Amino acid sequence: MKDARITIVKRAVQEIKDGMNVNLGIGMPTLVANEIPTDFNVLLQSENGLLGIGPYPIAGQEDADLINAGKETITTVPGSSFFDSAESFAMIRGGHIDLAILGGMEVAENGDLANWMIPGKVVKGMGGAMDLVAGAKRVVVIMDHVNKHGISKVKKMCTLPLTGKAVVHRLITDMAVFDFTDQGMVLVETASGVTVDEVKEKTEATFTVAKGL
Amino acid sequence: MNKVCQSVADAVSDIQDGNTLIVGGFGLCGIPEKSIEALQERGVNDLTVVSNNCGIDDFGLGLLLANKQIKKMVASYVGENKIFEQQFLSGELDVELTPQGTLAERIRAGGAGIPGFYTATGVGTPIADGKETKEFNGKTYLLEEGIVGDFALVKAWKADTLGNLTYRKTARNFNPLVAMAGKITIAEVEEIVEAGELNPEDIHTPGIYVQRVVKGMDYEKRIERLTVTNA
Repeated sequence: MKDARITIVKRAVQEIKDGMNVNLGIGMPTLVANEIPTDFNVLLQSENGLLGIGPYPIAGQEDADLINAGKETITTVPGSSFFDSAESFAMIRGGHIDLAILGGMEVAENGDLANWMIPGKVVKGMGGAMDLVAGAKRVVVIMDHVNKHGISKVKKMCTLPLTGKAVVHRLITDMAVFDFTDQGMVLVETASGVTVDEVKEKTEATFTVAKGL
Repeated sequence: MNKVCQSVADAVSDIQDGNTLIVGGFGLCGIPEKSIEALQERGVNDLTVVSNNCGIDDFGLGLLLANKQIKKMVASYVGENKIFEQQFLSGELDVELTPQGTLAERIRAGGAGIPGFYTATGVGTPIADGKETKEFNGKTYLLEEGIVGDFALVKAWKADTLGNLTYRKTARNFNPLVAMAGKITIAEVEEIVEAGELNPEDIHTPGIYVQRVVKGMDYEKRIERLTVTNA
């Protein structure tokens, strides 16, 4: 893993508390699963109809009928349950999922999230992302702070089509952690070795700095 | 009433050009692979297909795409398919992207006789364009419409001769909803047993939704992403 990814994943796992039901998005969020403390009772939800995702199967024991939302072969943990897709999204839309951790392309200072399409490029679809951000009790987005050209992905306004409007509760990047509150966007943490000034320099969005930072 | 068909080809023999098909499965998991192959062989065209995904280039619904049998696709995620990309960009294929939970509920609602429902999913995004909104308790919701198909194609693990179905693990996914939403629902299964042999407690889809049952032979059940750990 790249250093930036390790920083983000290690910070993201701290969002998961013992006893939570959690949905982890495809890609970097999936890596958070490996870091959950083993003494936690956490059930991971998969939109395709499983609460209680287990580790990847031992080679030879894979089952084509048992996959996660990323279409990877998986196993189940004790206490898991299977259900259909409508029930799965009843859990999500009905506010029964405590936490969703999703990847992002852009996050705006009002909590808007864009992570599903880039105009001019081939549209692949939003999958379950729009339902998750609209329905989960808490939405945490994890992403690199800047793109490969060094441009801030933390925006005043999203330039890409939205996945959800004012849906993000917390944003974790390789540089910082922000909360989205009634008083606007607040910088609440900086990554090890990163100063508040460096975060300001690399961030297009306007934010306030939490006391004590 | 005997619901058991002798072959998959028989089961799908009256699907016509221009029909709307609702198809179960998630990725390649729990897809009615034999019914899809039979439709590819029959060559019906101008189909509207409602399904979470569209297979991959050489398996599942991707076979019907490659054969240019699909006119319109309603799906939530279609990223695994190059032929899809080409036909979409050239304008041959009409696509309606729907959030996955909204798609599931639209199919469930269609089968349950509910023509529309409100959801917060997609408010303020491009998929809200042109849709009616309504406020409940100060929060905005979108009106989404139920979906009913001329035919529904599902894959179950076991059926009995009355069309009661049980699914296996995450191969259940969209299948129970899809089964509800077809004017004619065709279930292909790995095993057919006599009525009474399935425990009524274990039936996921009651046979009332299912008009035809057929046993598929030699299931491939292709794995899209094989991920394993070493012991």
